[in-house]
Amino acid sequence: MLILHCPYCGVMADETELHGGGEAHLTRHGPGSSDEEFHDYLFAKENPRGVHFERWRHVNGCGKWFHAARDTATLEVFGTYSAQTTEPPQAIRDAITARRPGWTWRHLAGSAK
Amino acid sequence: MSTRLATGGRLIDRSRLQSFTFNGARMTGFAGDTLASALLANDRMMLGRSFKYHRPRGLVASGAEEPNALVGLGHGARFEPNQRATTTELFDGAQMISQNHWPSLEYDIGAVNQAFARFLPAGFYYKMFLFPRVFWKHVYEPFVRQSAGLGKAPDAETRDADTYEHFYAYTDVLVIGGGVAGLQAALAAGRTGARVLLIEQTPHWGGRAPVDGGEVADQPVDDFVNQCVADLEAMPNVTLRTRCMGAGVYDHGYVLGYERISDHAPGMDGPRHRLWRIRARQVVTATGAIERPLSFAGNDVPGVMLASGLRDYVVNWGVSAGDRTVVVTNNDDAYRTAIALRHAGLEVPVILDARAAGGGALADAARELGIRVENGKGIARVTGSKRVTGVAICAQAGEGAVLEEVPCDAVAMSGGWSPVVHLWSHCGGKLTWDEGSAMFRPDADRAPTGHDGAPFVTACGAANGEFDLAAILKDAHAAGQAAARATGHKPGRKAAPKAQAGEEAPLEPVWLMPQGAGIKLRMKAWLDYQNDVKVSDVQLAAREGYESVEHTKRYTTLGMATDQGKLSNINGLAILSDALGQPIPQTGTTTFRPPYTPISFGAIAGEARGPLFQPIRRTPIHDWHEAQGAYMEPVGQWQRPYCFPQPGESHDDAVAREIRATRDSLGLLDASTLGKLIVKGPDAGRFMDMMYTNMMSTLAVGKCRYGLMCSENGFLMDDGVVARLSDDTWLCHTTTGGAERVHAHMEEFLQTEWWDWQVYVVNVTEQYAQFGVVGPNARKVLEKLGGVDVSKEALAFMQWTEGTLAGVDSRIFRISFSGELSYEIAVPASMGRAFWDRLLTAGKEYGVTPYGTEALHVMRAEKGFIMIGDETDGTVIPQDLGLNWAISKKKDDYIGKRAQARSHMVDPDRWKLVGLETLDGSVLPDGAYAVGEGVNANGQRVVQGRVTSTYHSPTLDRGIAMGLVLHGPDRMGEVLEFPRLDGSVVQARLVDQVWYDKDGDKQNV
Repeated sequence: MLILHCPYCGVMADETELHGGGEAHLTRHGPGSSDEEFHDYLFAKENPRGVHFERWRHVNGCGKWFHAARDTATLEVFGTYSAQTTEPPQAIRDAITARRPGWTWRHLAGSAK
Repeated sequence: MSTRLATGGRLIDRSRLQSFTFNGARMTGFAGDTLASALLANDRMMLGRSFKYHRPRGLVASGAEEPNALVGLGHGARFEPNQRATTTELFDGAQMISQNHWPSLEYDIGAVNQAFARFLPAGFYYKMFLFPRVFWKHVYEPFVRQSAGLGKAPDAETRDADTYEHFYAYTDVLVIGGGVAGLQAALAAGRTGARVLLIEQTPHWGGRAPVDGGEVADQPVDDFVNQCVADLEAMPNVTLRTRCMGAGVYDHGYVLGYERISDHAPGMDGPRHRLWRIRARQVVTATGAIERPLSFAGNDVPGVMLASGLRDYVVNWGVSAGDRTVVVTNNDDAYRTAIALRHAGLEVPVILDARAAGGGALADAARELGIRVENGKGIARVTGSKRVTGVAICAQAGEGAVLEEVPCDAVAMSGGWSPVVHLWSHCGGKLTWDEGSAMFRPDADRAPTGHDGAPFVTACGAANGEFDLAAILKDAHAAGQAAARATGHKPGRKAAPKAQAGEEAPLEPVWLMPQGAGIKLRMKAWLDYQNDVKVSDVQLAAREGYESVEHTKRYTTLGMATDQGKLSNINGLAILSDALGQPIPQTGTTTFRPPYTPISFGAIAGEARGPLFQPIRRTPIHDWHEAQGAYMEPVGQWQRPYCFPQPGESHDDAVAREIRATRDSLGLLDASTLGKLIVKGPDAGRFMDMMYTNMMSTLAVGKCRYGLMCSENGFLMDDGVVARLSDDTWLCHTTTGGAERVHAHMEEFLQTEWWDWQVYVVNVTEQYAQFGVVGPNARKVLEKLGGVDVSKEALAFMQWTEGTLAGVDSRIFRISFSGELSYEIAVPASMGRAFWDRLLTAGKEYGVTPYGTEALHVMRAEKGFIMIGDETDGTVIPQDLGLNWAISKKKDDYIGKRAQARSHMVDPDRWKLVGLETLDGSVLPDGAYAVGEGVNANGQRVVQGRVTSTYHSPTLDRGIAMGLVLHGPDRMGEVLEFPRLDGSVVQARLVDQVWYDKDGDKQNV
């Protein structure tokens, strides 16, 4: 059972307080998008073994959505950050690079060291 | 025979007799006994029968690893099957029954399976029950069901009389296991000032050490244990709990503890079990080790026990398993049993040491006591069936030629020790094979890691593969200090206490005895006692191609019994490795999964049972409903009246009466459960346009509009009436169960997609009581209450207004879900009951009739209104329901719009909503399918539609239904066939689904 730091209310929240919301940083595709774009937006999610970016909601707490960067294999949490961003902030990327040099995720990549 | 010795027994109090029964026979034991020691003291060696062959089974061990001694304990509401006799304390009045036999333990018919053992090999069930397929239902399945299951399930009608609870604990260092290692680790951690929680599964501190003996800091180990406990109890930062097992270690330092508070004193005040939900920053597992059996023919005959277990019964409880005990071993530790037995005045005819070179100092000590020791020897077979009568000795190196037969009534065996690595492994800790000690031990370099990527579990003592007292204390001391240091506490310089180290000769692995045993012996050499898995079964599995230890486990059922392979695991995989011709580490172990031993369902459920299973939400009118004798039903977490039956009235009658009264005069509905969300802000209008399929931004202040809400997938998820309260404020009504879900849906998009939009959403569902005032006399009763003008001119259909009614602040919506003249009135929740009472009083002259959810449903169906959850099931889009009029064509976007343009969503063959009218007037079965011609690709009957809502309409006095039908709206008048479950068929005609007042004259008055 995970513990994640809620960046809004500042507590280390137990997984029972949280609700997982799947992959982070998706781009919404609405009317005007191609069938393939819309399909990918809804269904083609990353499922990496390793570094991943996810959405979580502190549902039994402050109610706020936030993002978490963690390793899906070891469950190591590299950091949590605001949901109101389209890309992970540099500090989070650096924290991942420090632990997983050369990481990649979709179009993102950390330096080799 | 097994018996209580005249002296000895460090855990029992001979002054306190405890009486109990076993299969109805009265017996006595002492306070401090376990069920197992008390049974053994009463010469109950045979306690049950095995799962497959129904072979007699007796005690093997003295602790959590015991595979055989499972009993049904208690009676009535406190009966529980599969209680492990070795870990359950005796109490006065205990009632035990043995398991898995028929008709009796001594004479069991299933035991004939033994005669067919040759025909019940590994994978028997897979091979036997495969063909012919037609045999499944009437031959195989009844047979499997008859023989499945262990123990008797409690009576389905009784309810557990005990209570259970959850307990949350947070600690820096959790130490699991209260043996000398756990005590020393806790001391080392506690001295740093770290918060420490130490839990021990038995009622006693010290683990094996007091039985095995030794000296620490020049004092007997017993005294050392007592001193440790006293020191720990004096530390305010340390919490100690006995009878509390570490059940499982999970991600990020989450640990479950299972405390058995009153199993030893049933009926005492308070909960029976407590589930500790622990968050530990560091975990130290000091869980000890488990002795391994040896695999020789007849090693399952009652009386063959682990050497450590036999020693425990003598030293801890003053019980001997027999007068003459043969000891067989591949290591020095078993000599301690021979010595303990001899000290207790019991006979040890011979110690068979499988090692050619024999033992060390302990062997010399045994010889000095005059015990005969035979090196390089083993057991060819055990004689006796329900009880050991003797052993046949052979050379370990040979094929089992009998050298000598020795009569005895017990056998103490030791195949070495396996560290208890379960808790280390639960969360990903890896193991390494220790060739010298022939065991898997924790690999400290590959420990479980926590949220920061750092290790959070440390194993120490015997659980870490250390067996010498001095080494154990040193290891535990270091583990305790390291754990405390990892939580930011600084250890002092105090060193581990010194213990006297005794040299032991090395163990020699013995996986089969004798090493060249032929098939006849191997077919009697048991690995898994409870599930009847033998050496020959594992070898057969290997020959049939099973290479993975996980597959072999499932194929042979090795380690799948309630003991989860605590005794059989290592022996089994050693046999498998040998059969596959590969080293043991290459075979690996099966996965260790929590819990360590079974924990009660009660503990898992805790207080979440009965009315506390989940929250119950009550409206302000709830007490009145109950006082009227309303028949309540759960709707989401809400309790709502289904109907209000009067004396002598059936539910159907009540529903019909409520509908007629409403349609003829005046009905009242407690609609307080409707979800109410306020959406407010400068961008609320554009936000509402995204949330709903309709255009909500153009809704005029003072007006209401029925709205549909879809998921991004396009599927209809909720509906309800939206009212515009002011220029920047909308009030959204949701379905009864939907308020929280819709609120979360809105928040998700506001926070994660359009976070720059200035909108707030708040759920005010519980702030208002809301009532439907429905029927031709609805306006009259409101006018009688006095206040706001509710005339047709002042408040037209689909408008709302606010003011006072009967002196109560009200918001009045002129909306209708029944087709009648109807008002929905929202008042502050605190005024709900008072307003309801005034409505009842004022409505008396109109025969005011409260109605429930069923009348609501029937009336909406008579009007052809859809219901979320009936007409929708998560795969239905608004277009399927003919709701295109509620989907804006002007808007560029709304949630679900793009999805509704996908090829499958615009497929003309999607089933569409129609009304269904049975030709004979009967009520269609709910969920019935309309069948078509022929069969589909799966050979199933072709279907072309299904019933979504079906009721008896008292207004029309006939069955009415709605359904989704292929090309339905284009086939009006056609008759379809709906098979019933009994095979008969009912015919129904496709009609318009609006049966009642199609033009809306009644609601528009």
